[in-house]
Amino acid sequence: MTDAHTAGPFIAAIDQGTTSSRCIVFDRDGRIVAVDQKEHEQIFPRPGWVEHDAAEIWNNVQEVVAGAMVKAKVVREDILAIGITNQRETTMLWDKRTGQPVHNAIVWQDTRTDTLCKELGGDVGQDRFRRETGLPLAAYFAGPKIAWLLDNVEGLRERAEAGDLLFGTMDSWVVWNLTGGVNGGVHVTDVTNASRTLMMNLSDLNWNEEIAAAIGVPMQVLPEIRSSSEVYGEVKGGTLGGLLGGVPVASALGDQQAALFGQTCYDVGEAKSTYGTGTFMLMNTGEKLIHSESGLITTVGYQIGEDDPVYALEGSIAVTGSLVQWMRDQMGLIGTAAEIETLASSVEDNGGAYFVPAFSGLFAPYWRSDARGVIAGLTRYVTKAHIARAVLEATAWQTREIADAMTKDSGVELAALKVDGGMTSNNLLMQFLADVLDAPVVRPMVAETTCLGAAYAAGLAVGFWQSTDDLRANWRRAAEWTPSMDAEHREGEYKNWLKAVERTMGWIEE
Amino acid sequence: MPKHIQSLERAAAMLRLLAGGERRLGLSDIASALGLAKATAHGILRTLQHEGFVEQDPDSGRYQLGAELLRLGTTYLDVHELRARALVWTDDLARSSGEAVYLGVLHQQGVLIVHHVFRPDDSRQVLEVGAMQPLHSTSLGKVLSAYDPVAHSELVEVKREPFTARTVTELEDVERVVDETRSQSYATDYEETWDGVASVAAPVFDRHRLAVGAVGITGAVERVCRDGELRAELVAAVRDCARSVSRDLGSGPF
Repeated sequence: MTDAHTAGPFIAAIDQGTTSSRCIVFDRDGRIVAVDQKEHEQIFPRPGWVEHDAAEIWNNVQEVVAGAMVKAKVVREDILAIGITNQRETTMLWDKRTGQPVHNAIVWQDTRTDTLCKELGGDVGQDRFRRETGLPLAAYFAGPKIAWLLDNVEGLRERAEAGDLLFGTMDSWVVWNLTGGVNGGVHVTDVTNASRTLMMNLSDLNWNEEIAAAIGVPMQVLPEIRSSSEVYGEVKGGTLGGLLGGVPVASALGDQQAALFGQTCYDVGEAKSTYGTGTFMLMNTGEKLIHSESGLITTVGYQIGEDDPVYALEGSIAVTGSLVQWMRDQMGLIGTAAEIETLASSVEDNGGAYFVPAFSGLFAPYWRSDARGVIAGLTRYVTKAHIARAVLEATAWQTREIADAMTKDSGVELAALKVDGGMTSNNLLMQFLADVLDAPVVRPMVAETTCLGAAYAAGLAVGFWQSTDDLRANWRRAAEWTPSMDAEHREGEYKNWLKAVERTMGWIEE
Repeated sequence: MPKHIQSLERAAAMLRLLAGGERRLGLSDIASALGLAKATAHGILRTLQHEGFVEQDPDSGRYQLGAELLRLGTTYLDVHELRARALVWTDDLARSSGEAVYLGVLHQQGVLIVHHVFRPDDSRQVLEVGAMQPLHSTSLGKVLSAYDPVAHSELVEVKREPFTARTVTELEDVERVVDETRSQSYATDYEETWDGVASVAAPVFDRHRLAVGAVGITGAVERVCRDGELRAELVAAVRDCARSVSRDLGSGPF
C-alpha cells in the first residue's frame, strides 16, 4: 500500500480545454493528488460561429490553479513546475500594453473562415500549404482565423502592424499571463500548437513568412516558437504570483499531443486514440516527417528541449461519442450514454445493419463533404438493439479506417492501440475495437492522459523525471482487450462497412 | 377493518389528486380538496417532494407529480452506468493498493463481474468482465448477500460448494458471516474460494441507499494479508473507494 502521495514534490498541469479549464496536481508516480475545474461560457454569435471570452478563461485558470493547490494542501515549495495543455487552434489577439483581449477568441470549431480558406486555396485547392505545414486549408486552423480578426474587427490590422497586438493560441495566452503579462510576460508557443496554425514549416519548425504573408498575418503578432518541454519563464505577478511566484512554467502541448505524450507513445508506431464526442488518433512517426497520401494530417507530436522533434500522423473522426448522444437525445432509444452497451449487448450481432454517421460529411480518409449519414442493410428483422450495436461498431470501423491509412502512410503496422476518453468505459466497444483492428486495445490506469502529458513534459524540463523511460515506468495497464474475431468474419464485416460508406457519398448535390 | 396509517392515506390521496394529465395544483387547492389544514397538507407535500414523488414548480409554487414516480417500477441502475461512474475510483484503488480491482453485481445465483482493473504491474492478465463468482465464499458475494435481500435469499437457496478447506458452507455459519459483514460494513475472503488468494469488498449504494453492487480487491495472500488478516490499510482503501462510487451515484453521506 503506497498511499503516501501527500508527500511532495508535485507537478501541476493546467488543461485549458474547449468547455472548461482544469488544474491537476500529480505526484512522482503520475498519480492524481487533486483536481479543480471550472467551465466557461460558449458564445454562439451566429450559426457556425463559436467564441470564448479569453479574459474569463484566464480568470478561471487562476481560480482552478489556486483551487487545486488548496485541495492538494500544498504550497509553492511543493510545486516544482507548471505545465500547460490546451484546446488546439482556438485563436485570440490581445493588446500587449493593456493585456486585454481585443476580441473574443475564435474557437477551433468555428466555421467562419470557410470561405477565406477556399479563397486562399485558389487554383491549387486545399492542399496549397500542405507540403510545408502538413495541413489542408480548413477552417479549424489558426492562421486564417487571425486574418479574419484583422480584417473584420475595426482598427485591428493597423494596431497589429504597429506592433501593439499579440497573437496566441490558448497556450500562449496562459503562459504570457502566468509569467507576468504586461510586466514582462513571455510571448511564446510550442511546436505542437504552432503546427496547427498553417504557418509553421514542419521541417525546420520556423514560421513561414511567405505563407503568413499570403494568409495576411503580420509577423509582429506571432509568438516565438519553442519546444514543448523547457522552462519558458517563471510565475510572476497577479493572484498566482503570491501563491506560486517563481515556479517554472515548463511545458506546453496541444491537447491531443499531450495525450500522446501522457500515454507514453514515445516509440515509432505507437498510437493513441481518444474517444470523446469525436475521436482523435495520433501515431508517433519519430523523426520522420511523413506526408500523408491517405488524407491524414501531419503534425508535430512533441519536442523535448533541444532534442529533435517527434512527428505524428493524425486522423480525426467527427462523430463517435456524439452518435451515442444522438441515440439518447434525438432518438430517445436510451436514457443514458452507458445504456447503449446494455441495449447493444441484448443481441449477438448487428442483424445486418450498418450505421455510417457522416452527419457533416466524411472526414479522414475520404474528405467528402457531399456525404451524409446512412443506416444500411435494414430488414424487418432489425431491432433498436441491432441499431445500438451498429452505432458502437461505427466507432470501431472508423478507427480501423484511420489505422489502415496510418499503416499505408508510415509502413508501420499498429502493434497495439492505447485508448482513453469517456467511451473506454464501454466494454463491448473496446472488445469490438480490438476485434476489428486485430490488435490489442489497452487502457491506461490514469484516465487524465492529457493533463498527465503536460505534467510529464514540465517535469522532464525541470529534472523531476530524468527521461521518457522514467515516464514509461509510471504507465500502468488498467485493462487490455485482445482480438478474438476470426479473420474471415472480420473481413466480411469490413467489406459490408465499406459498402455502407459508399452509400453515403454524393447525397448532397454541390 | 384494521386501522390504517392516516398520513400515508392522505399522501396517497394527494398523489391521486395530482395524477392524470398535466395537473398542477396550489397548496390551498390541495388542502381544501382533501379537507386538510394547510399546514398538514404542506407537511405531507414536503415529504413527498423530498422523496421525488411530487415536484414544485419554482415560478408558480404549484405542485405536480414528480419524475421519481414515473421511474418507480421500472427503476434499476444500468450496470454499464455503474461501471462508467466507478471507473476513476477503481483505477485509483488499483493504483494505491497495487492489486486487481473487481466490481460485481448480483446476477441469477452469483456475482457478475461488470468491471475489472488489472493489478498495476507488468504481468500478463486477462480481463474478467462477464465472469461469475459465488455468493457464499467471495468477499463481493458476501457483501451483496449482506445488503441485498434478493442476494440473501439466493445465498440461502443456492448449493454452497466447498472450494477449499476454508470455505464456509453450513447455512448457520454462512448467516453468521453475513451478520458480521453487515456490522463491519465490509467482507473478506481468506482462501475460501481459491487457495493462496484473499479479497476484501465493500458495498456500493445508489441514491436510495440500495446496495447496487460491491467493489473490492483480490490478491495473493502474501501481499494482501498480515498475520492471517486482510491488511487494515487495504480494507480502508476499499471502503473509501466504495464510498466514493456511492457518492457519485448520489448516495448521501455515511
